[in-house]
Amino acid sequence: MKIHEYQGKQILKKFGVSVPRGIHCTTVDDAVKAAETLGGSVWVVKAQIHAGGRGKGGGVKVAKSLEQVREYANQILGMQLITHQTGAEGQKVRNLLVEEGADIRHEYYCAALTDRATQSVAMMASSEGGMDIEEVAHKTPEKIIKVFINPLVGMTDEQARTLADGIGVPEASKAQAMDTFKKLYTCYMETDASLAEINPLILEGNGNIKALDAKFNFDSNSLFRQEEIVAMRDLDEEDPDELEASHFDLTYISLDGNIGCLVNGAGLAMATMDTIKLFGAEPANFLDVGGGATTEKVTEAFKIMLKNPKVKGILVNIFGGIMRCDTIADGVVAAARETHLSVPLVVRMKGTNEQIGKQILKDSGLPIISADSMAEAATKIVAAVQ
Amino acid sequence: MSIFINKDTRIITQGITGKTGQFHTEKCIEYANGKNCFVAGVNPKKAGESIFGVPIFGSVKEAAAETGATVSVIYVPPPGAAAAIWEAVEADLDFVICITEGVPVRDMLMVRNKMKQKVAAGGKETLLLGPNCPGLITPDEVKIGIMPGHIHMKGRIGVVSRSGTLTYEAVGQLTELGLGQSSAVGIGGDPINGLKHIDVMKAFNDDPETDAVIMIGEIGGPDEAEAAQWCKANMQKPIVGFIAGVTAPAGKRMGHAGALISGGADTANAKLAIMEECGFTVTRDPSEMGKLLKALL
Repeated sequence: MKIHEYQGKQILKKFGVSVPRGIHCTTVDDAVKAAETLGGSVWVVKAQIHAGGRGKGGGVKVAKSLEQVREYANQILGMQLITHQTGAEGQKVRNLLVEEGADIRHEYYCAALTDRATQSVAMMASSEGGMDIEEVAHKTPEKIIKVFINPLVGMTDEQARTLADGIGVPEASKAQAMDTFKKLYTCYMETDASLAEINPLILEGNGNIKALDAKFNFDSNSLFRQEEIVAMRDLDEEDPDELEASHFDLTYISLDGNIGCLVNGAGLAMATMDTIKLFGAEPANFLDVGGGATTEKVTEAFKIMLKNPKVKGILVNIFGGIMRCDTIADGVVAAARETHLSVPLVVRMKGTNEQIGKQILKDSGLPIISADSMAEAATKIVAAVQ
Repeated sequence: MSIFINKDTRIITQGITGKTGQFHTEKCIEYANGKNCFVAGVNPKKAGESIFGVPIFGSVKEAAAETGATVSVIYVPPPGAAAAIWEAVEADLDFVICITEGVPVRDMLMVRNKMKQKVAAGGKETLLLGPNCPGLITPDEVKIGIMPGHIHMKGRIGVVSRSGTLTYEAVGQLTELGLGQSSAVGIGGDPINGLKHIDVMKAFNDDPETDAVIMIGEIGGPDEAEAAQWCKANMQKPIVGFIAGVTAPAGKRMGHAGALISGGADTANAKLAIMEECGFTVTRDPSEMGKLLKALL
């Protein structure tokens, strides 16, 4: 689960990390009022969407007067902000963060994330903040300093110092930088985050270390015990189809192709998508119906896939284990009827009660194409949509 | 022989009284020698009772002491799953299989590091499979987990995969071709887990009754590449490899910072290339896994 920058900064502040004063708003008038409340002579008007690269896309502006605050808030609120993370259609801006200006002496980068290989928390920092960290990793990997934190021990002073020294924090600000790294680690653990990134982490003219941005992802397995985080969820920022699918315990991700696929199990679902591509077409979605593919779930899955106007055919691939093929077949027939299915449908079923399942499909009188292997299923659906 | 488990393995089921635990325990007991293998259940509130003829104990330690069981399987719901793993580790079992899906990553981080700390301090090592895995099976001997028993056939091919249904797919293809399996192991898809591909490949290499292996991976993480490098230097048996996720959109399941740590080698194409370089027979067509393996024998 993701949250907005302004929410991320609220969390950082709670854990003692220094952040700029700022006010979240949703209207132009409130943005101007926020600037008045904050005082000073420079403000930053920042679009709040769940994607990075907002500055490059025109979603972050520095205002030097209240008139400019009004002008920029007006421009940004409601715009379709396009960044390298939003896709071509962009994301509508519904929220703003108005912040006091900062006196930036240097921009650093730091982030905490879980490292599979060492089964520890990796903390990374770089002297090259404020830009795309992937680019830094690509061009100057030596400028990314990493430490691996044993969660039973926590972050040591030595590790915090390695990061601060490694990115060249001036002596006078080192203690605060080390403290910030430790607090970011504590915050990462206590909120069950899967990524906590500050880019940039700045050194101000007065030597202060401050988080100028905040990006968090949270472990979805842990949300049951993170009420405060769950309350920050902004459904407007999520794909409506993916969201609806989640209500039926379906995992759905829309893609760019024209063949819808419905599969049980994430690994088999990916393998099915790969097979479709191998035989010359592109999948329109990833859809995992999970273990209990009831008639209701299969019907909902069909409805969600068919909402996508690009879908020209559907491939169902089920390995019936505990779930029996006849149950799946009943679900597929009911779903095809209820949705008045008008695109070609190929069904490949394997496992328990396979023959009964195939008979049910045949007896339905619906134009369902049957297949034995994944390759055969892919070949048939690709031929059917061409 | 087989790897990790056989007809003589004695097993404790943690979470035996829950809906999922009951459902799968019954199926495991019905399979092959299951009736003799599943000897105990654990639930502190129902100690002294029994279910499917299996006695329930108050703790893993007590269950192990009373029955001699050395393996446990966990169906405990996510909030308590890591604590259940730790209870089995503290009872010095040999092997723990955690089926539970949705265990908080932080809980797994803590318990995995506690397990390593225990071994470093000279304590007994307990192997962990999972969490979020289908379990493992040695056909015609014992099944521990949620896989459909009847698709398997006793034989000499090993199967290892992160995903459940993709493991069944490989097993189904082998059985159809008349190639039985020595053991089939689902290691699970969670980022912080126990046994990895490399550990299972080592076990198959050491097993005199395994002739060849199908190794199936997915996008994300360095595990398959590590296993492939080990196999290149040590594995003495032919391997068919497949990686799911060539078409998976980048960054959907994992932030870019995660890919950064593993050095960008975690796409399906990168992993397929490494496996090929390490001498695996790789395929991009998952329908071919069984056929390709047959051709290698």
